[in-house]
Order: sequence, then structure tokens, then C-alpha cells
Amino acid sequence: MSGSGQRLNVVPTVTVLGVVKARLVGATKGHQLLKKKSDALTMQFRQILKRIVQTKESMGDIMKSASFALTEAKYTAGDNIKHIVRENVQSATIKVKAKQENVAGVKLPKFEHFTEAGESKNDLTGLARGGQQIQLCRSAYVKAVELLVELASLQTSFLTLDEAIKTTNRRVNALENVVKPRLENTISYIKGELDELEREEFFRLKKIQGFKKREVERQRKKKFEEDQVAEIDWEKTHTKGFGSDLLVPEAQKDEDIIF
Amino acid sequence: MYGFEALTFNIHAGYLEAIVRGYRSGMLTAVDYNNLSQCETLDDIKLHLLATDYGHYLQNEPSPLHTTAIVEKCTQKLVDDYNHLLSQATEPLSKFLEYITYGYIIDNVVLIVTGALHERDVQELLEKCHPLGMFDGIATVAAAHSMSELYRLVLIDTPLAPYFSECITSEDLDDMNIEIMRNTLYKAYLEDFYRFCQKLGGATAEIMCDLLSFEADRRAVNITINSIGTELTRDDRRKLYSNFGLLYPYGHEELAVGEDFDQVRAVVEKYPPYQAIFAKLSYGESQMLDKAFYEEEVKRLTLSFEQQFHYAVFFAYVRLREQEIRNLMWISECVAQNQKSRVHDGIVLIF
Repeated sequence: MSGSGQRLNVVPTVTVLGVVKARLVGATKGHQLLKKKSDALTMQFRQILKRIVQTKESMGDIMKSASFALTEAKYTAGDNIKHIVRENVQSATIKVKAKQENVAGVKLPKFEHFTEAGESKNDLTGLARGGQQIQLCRSAYVKAVELLVELASLQTSFLTLDEAIKTTNRRVNALENVVKPRLENTISYIKGELDELEREEFFRLKKIQGFKKREVERQRKKKFEEDQVAEIDWEKTHTKGFGSDLLVPEAQKDEDIIF
Repeated sequence: MYGFEALTFNIHAGYLEAIVRGYRSGMLTAVDYNNLSQCETLDDIKLHLLATDYGHYLQNEPSPLHTTAIVEKCTQKLVDDYNHLLSQATEPLSKFLEYITYGYIIDNVVLIVTGALHERDVQELLEKCHPLGMFDGIATVAAAHSMSELYRLVLIDTPLAPYFSECITSEDLDDMNIEIMRNTLYKAYLEDFYRFCQKLGGATAEIMCDLLSFEADRRAVNITINSIGTELTRDDRRKLYSNFGLLYPYGHEELAVGEDFDQVRAVVEKYPPYQAIFAKLSYGESQMLDKAFYEEEVKRLTLSFEQQFHYAVFFAYVRLREQEIRNLMWISECVAQNQKSRVHDGIVLIF
């Protein structure tokens, strides 16, 4: 799983967390939608595949009969008939129209044939011999051309759809395996960071509280000591006159007199 | 007339008749066709053909063989044979031989005119022309813009001039006119050929007139069937029928108003020789008519070899070779397209 353990390069703050969370929600939604689209396309793809196989199978038979009809026409009307028919043609009678079809947001090209009115230049070709065979051959090939157009339409749709499915699947996978894990990682990272910050803050507060406490204690102590000192001083000053010689014999020892 | 023309026939045409009969014996037989229809690939067909008169022509064909290549080479053989005959012929046989090619000339002229109308390259068009229908100055046909110009500049010097004078009335060239022009020309050609043969007299006239009548009747029937459901009017249709043949004139009147295949059939069945052709077909089936006509034609052509001292053998030879090429084309196409079950539908056995 590529992308696991990766995360976005963001500043771990609450705002960013909100943004990332919103993005995750968006990504999940997008993933669901794309998955649905991919399924729809795959369904269409299978249908087209089935029709291609069918058309190709009938193509074989129809082409076979068409080319044999040409042989019959050549047999009765002479080998040169194909040139005569070809020189008689001015513009195509069967034309192809391109359309677009929308399948789950993918534009599929679609070809349709239509017959141009007012042709039949070749109606009288082979009047003296083989005219019927030529007409038969013509209708056989018209059928073949119609089938070819259908097949071409299916094939192009097939390719386009194939491409579209690939892109969609890539996107689905990218969302599922890269974007979403990354966002999730980011979220957990941000959450972790935030928790960490919170703990730090708490600790700091605790620390400050302790410090404050200690300070208060210290000041209180200090004050108490000062008070006591003051008290002693006061006592000292007040008891000096009468009891000093007695109370502090050692301290107030007179100097030895040496003779 | 019979005996007398036979006295002098060999002075001028005896050698060529002998040659043509020699060619005839070189044609593919039922056994050959049997072998050919057994073939699995085009190379097998080539192998079989190497043992026949075509061998020399197919010898140097490179191996990925194509049907068109086979047909082309076989046509080449026919053209060479024809040219050999023509170069040795004297009047009136040479004239007769030239008459045979007029049909191809008509096709080529029409092809080039059609191509020129759509501004195709003349050189390209010339390659598509039938080699038997080539004449000097055929390339200049494309230069013409209107019918009268075409006639004045090019066709006046060709043997087709008298035929064109009949359909010169249509001034502008468009596609509808072209197909009608082709058939009008062909009609004129057949009538002229018919008159020419009658002028020759003797056995030639007898046999050729019969063959040409058949050809004319076949065209009439085909034109009728193929124009059913098109914009060709009855009068126009009537004008395309040649003015001779078994169906002329009463059959033509009836054919001209025919509206479907069964009506045509009813008209033609009144004529005993054609009754047999239609008897082979079931009702409503027009597909096999062409083959039935081909078979009948081949039968008549082969019969012409039964008599001596006449020119119809040359005509018959060219036509039979054509049919043979058609057969080969059919066989090779069937083999190439894996439709071997249909092989026998297209072969018209000649001998």
C-alpha cells in the first residue's frame, strides 16, 4: 500500500484539522461516486463487448455472401463490370453520421449510416446482361457496409469506454489507496500533535502551579522567619538592661585580663 | 450456294480454319473441369492449367496467385490467338474478325466516356479497358465534352461511326443516357453484323444469323427483365431491342409491356427453341436464367463446328473462349472464397 504512513505537510492546528477532515469527507464521497461510475461503465462495456462479438460473427457470413454475390455479378455481367459500376458513381449513397452518446459522463462516439436519396445511377447498369446480379450484389454490399458502420461504432465506443474505465479505476484506486490514507494519517497526526500540545500545556500549568505554590510557601516561610527575627530582636533590646550579664555569661564574657 | 463456296473457301480461309479448329481442341474439357473443381487452392488450379494451353501464360505467375491474375492471363491468351488469326486473315474474313471485336470497342468507348464525365484519369481508364476492344486513338475519347464532339473528333474514324450516327440525337452525356447509349450502340452493331453476315452468304450467313438472332433475343429478354422497376419507359425499352431475331417483331411488342418475370416467361415460352430454356427454371426464379442462356449459347456455338467452310467458327471460338474464362473465373473465385459447394452452379461445360 503506497502512501500509507504518508501525510500532508501541514501545521497541526485545530483549523487545519477541520479543513483536512472536510477534505476526507469529500474524498470519501468522491470515491463512492467514482466507484458507481466505474461500475456503470463496466456494465456498458460488457454489453458492448457482447454486441461486438455478435456483430463480428454475423460479419463473417455477410461478407462471405457479399463477395460471392460479386462473383456472381462478374460471372454474368463480365469481368469489366466493376469498372463500369465504379465509373458511374458520383457521390456516396450511404453516408455515416457521427453522434455522441452520454454514458455516466463519458461521451461515446456513435456512428449511424443513412442513405442519401436520389441515387440509383447504377440502376440500368448491366441492362443487357447481369443487371439483376448487379443489383443483388449491390444490396448484399449495402448490408455489409451497414454492418461495418455498426461495428465501427461499437469498436470506437469500446476503445473510448476502455480508456474511460481505466481512468476512472485509476482515480478510484488513487482515492482509496493514496488520498484517503494520507488524509487519515494527517488527521491522526494532527490529533496526536494536538494531544501532545494539550499534555504539554497541562504539564506546564501544573509546573507553574507548583512553582507558584512553592513561591507562596517560600514567601510565607520568609515572612515567618522575619517575624521571628524581629521578635528576638525586640526581646533582645528589651531584655538588655537587666539580664544580659546573667543570661549570656559566655557570650558576653569579659575579656580575660592577663597580667 | 453450298457446294460452290466450299470450292474456293480453302484458298483464303482454309489455313485459318484449321488453326481455329486446332485452338478448339485445346479448350478445356469436362475432365479438366472435374479436376479443376477438385482443387483446394489457386496454386492447384494453376498447376492443372499448366498442363493445358494456358500453361505458357501462367508459367511465370508468382506464387501468391489471385483470381484476377488468372483471368487476365487467360484473356491474354484469347487476345493473342485472335491477333494471330487477324494478322493472317484476308478480306472478307478479316472484316468478319473485326466485327467480332466491335462489341468490346463499344464497351471500352462507353467506359471511357463515363470515366471522363467524372473526370477520371484517362491512363487509368485505359488500363481497365478490354484488350480486344482497343483501337488507335481510344485515349482521345476522353477529350470529348458532348456527343457531337465525340463523334466528330474521334469516332468518325472508327468502325463505330455509323452506329453512333443513330444515337447522336442525345446532345448531353449523363449517366442514364450512357447506359442507353451503350445498348443502342450494341443494337446497331448487332443489326449491322447481321446484315454483314447475310451479305457474306452461304453457310456463314446461315449459321451466323442463327447465332446472332439468339444473341439479339437474349438481349431483348435480359433488357426486359433488368429494366423491370426502373425508370426506363416502355418505348425506350422497345427501342433497345434489335430488329431481327426470333422474337422480332411480335415478341418485342409483348416484351415491351412486360412488367414482371412471369410475364416475360409467358411471352418467350411461345417460341419453341426458348421453351426448353425456361423449362429448366421453376416459376418465379430468374436467378439461373443467365446460366441457362449461357448453356444454350454454348450448345449453339459448339454446333457451328460441325459444319465446314464457314466463318462462324471464328465467332464461336472467341465466344467459347470467353465462356471458358468465365468458367475459370467462377472456379477460382469459388476456390478462393471457400464456396466449393457452389462450383458446379457456374460451370458451363463446353465439350
